[in-house]
Amino acid sequence: MEPFTCFTAVAVPMDQDNIDTDQILPARHLMMPRDERYGGYVFKDLRLDRDGNEIDTFILNQEGFRPSRIIVAAHNFGCGSSREGAVFTLVDAGFRAIIATSFGDIFYNNSFNNGLLPVALPEEIVQLLRQQLHQGDGAEVTVDLEAQTVTGPDRSVYPFEIDAHRRNRLLKGLDAVGYTLQYEDDITRFERRYSEDAPWELSAVQQ
Amino acid sequence: MAQPRSLFEKIWDRHSITTNEAGQSLLFIDRHFCHELSFHAFNMLHDNNRTVRHPERTFAIPDHYTPTTGLDDSDYVDTDTKALVQNLISNAELNKLNLFGLGDERRGIIHVVGPEQGITQPGTIIVCGDSHTSTHGALGALAFGIGASDVSHVLATQTLWQPKPKSMRVTVTGKRPTGVTAKDVILTIIGHIGAAGGTGHVIEYVGPAIQELSVDQRLTVCNMSIEAGARAGMIAPDDTTYNYLRGRPFAPQGDNWERAEEYWRSLPTDEDATFDREETLDAASIEPMVTWGTSPEDVLPIGGAIPDPAQETDPKRQDALNRKMDYMGLIPGQPILDIKVDRVFIGSCTNSRIEDLRDAASILNGRTARIPAIIVPGSGLIRAQAEQEGLDKIFESAGVEWRPAAGCSMCIGVNGDFVKNEERCASTSNRNFEGRQGRGARTHLVSPAMAAAAAVTGHFTDVRKMEKN
Repeated sequence: MEPFTCFTAVAVPMDQDNIDTDQILPARHLMMPRDERYGGYVFKDLRLDRDGNEIDTFILNQEGFRPSRIIVAAHNFGCGSSREGAVFTLVDAGFRAIIATSFGDIFYNNSFNNGLLPVALPEEIVQLLRQQLHQGDGAEVTVDLEAQTVTGPDRSVYPFEIDAHRRNRLLKGLDAVGYTLQYEDDITRFERRYSEDAPWELSAVQQ
Repeated sequence: MAQPRSLFEKIWDRHSITTNEAGQSLLFIDRHFCHELSFHAFNMLHDNNRTVRHPERTFAIPDHYTPTTGLDDSDYVDTDTKALVQNLISNAELNKLNLFGLGDERRGIIHVVGPEQGITQPGTIIVCGDSHTSTHGALGALAFGIGASDVSHVLATQTLWQPKPKSMRVTVTGKRPTGVTAKDVILTIIGHIGAAGGTGHVIEYVGPAIQELSVDQRLTVCNMSIEAGARAGMIAPDDTTYNYLRGRPFAPQGDNWERAEEYWRSLPTDEDATFDREETLDAASIEPMVTWGTSPEDVLPIGGAIPDPAQETDPKRQDALNRKMDYMGLIPGQPILDIKVDRVFIGSCTNSRIEDLRDAASILNGRTARIPAIIVPGSGLIRAQAEQEGLDKIFESAGVEWRPAAGCSMCIGVNGDFVKNEERCASTSNRNFEGRQGRGARTHLVSPAMAAAAAVTGHFTDVRKMEKN
């Protein structure tokens, strides 16, 4: 996983609330193996019509926003299904950070497992950022995970909160399983005690 | 005296192996379900030369891509979907997991099979790479959906790191009127708190209108917790739960049952426990509900009318409304009762259990469907039960297609059962997102009885005004 420290890029405003994972990656593309490039499928049905032609009104099809690698969304980005493909497709399309007022919980979790940083900021800031981005093509936003700040197109700096464990994993690009296996003794001890405390719990499973 | 705790906190504390410097808990996972799309997780596991730590705790059940017309090669929509199903079976065999394979009558939708088999039990933590894992909370489990990387983590370690979510209690007082179902209760709750209302929270549903629900109905309520943004929804175990579980194949037996029940009875929320958020609704005011937009929060009673974007003063909300209206092909101010329906789907992890099928049959009995409708049972055992009760005959004489093989089917539309472009579907599933049932599909979420009523009349109809047969 690619570590995330500080990232500056053109940002695209997406005003819609509740952009669900079906919008980010339609279900018919979930079967692809991970080593295939997912990037071409990002926001597929919002971006392309049935004949594969670009839909002009979709913001990522507008010239100034094509190089975007940060999204500034609205409420509840990534709600819906647990498909990690929604994160694969954003990452493969070059996105490294999503700023929104809130995220679907599962999408939020999945992001950290793929080097994508979801940043939650208060509504008035997110709205202001989107407004500023709408004004000028090619405006850049900086997301600094070390400093825990977002810098807007007007150079205003906004601090954000993030769980220290997730922050640390992303900064170092750590493998989650490798980290947990450091706790293997604790797990084994727990399992022994658990099966003594609750012998019924697996009684009908071990056949 | 010990601090009063909620159902959720009791389960959380019992499963917390340790906490790290960031305050996250390492949780022990009792049960894990996997399906065809878990292939990413198996690949991650094998690519890192890791093995499954507790194969006996994982249950593999193909449900997303399996055909519903039968399970012969010719029933599959293409060879890729068949290969994906076979891939799950190979992974299950390779890793010695519990497998309910293709010829197995127990096979069906994971969130139907888990409770039906007694795999889902009070006080357990259950995960699956599927957001509707919240369903299992109906039996007093803490159950939530996870992504592929986390599935791989669970396979390798039987644990997950989780920050402690906030808690919300939703109290449903009073009594449901006749003709109002568990589906209408949860749609009303989602409409009330919004699609992001439960984000970061675990919901506990309480109150007389929840307690009186059967387990099948409770499963419908908890199933759609994720549509309110909550990862998990739970209902405290009670006699209804124990009577349902007793004797099921994977439930504890004999002395083990006695000890289990003693523990389960300690789980309900303590009297003085507090929640981060409280919401209350009166069941008596709930009506049969229909979603009209592209988020489950866009929901109205059957007597309602489509909102008018012109009356929306906030420009962003007006844009959003116009977009929904355009996608759904609706007219502002249109009464829901006037909306014509092209197709009906009765099934999915929300509404494919025996009681759902009986509800649909009570409307379809002696009547004829005017529009194409399919009914897909949630498991092979439910199919057998329905046929034993003669429901299949009722469906067939109503001109409704009764599908023989269980699965997710037209809820996600990846097995060949999908809704065509601009077709309007009355569906008992859980998501009305753009393109969810197929590109351009227009989904309206309703209860099984309401879906059956729409099949009979060809438009949305108030099921309270139709006699049950």
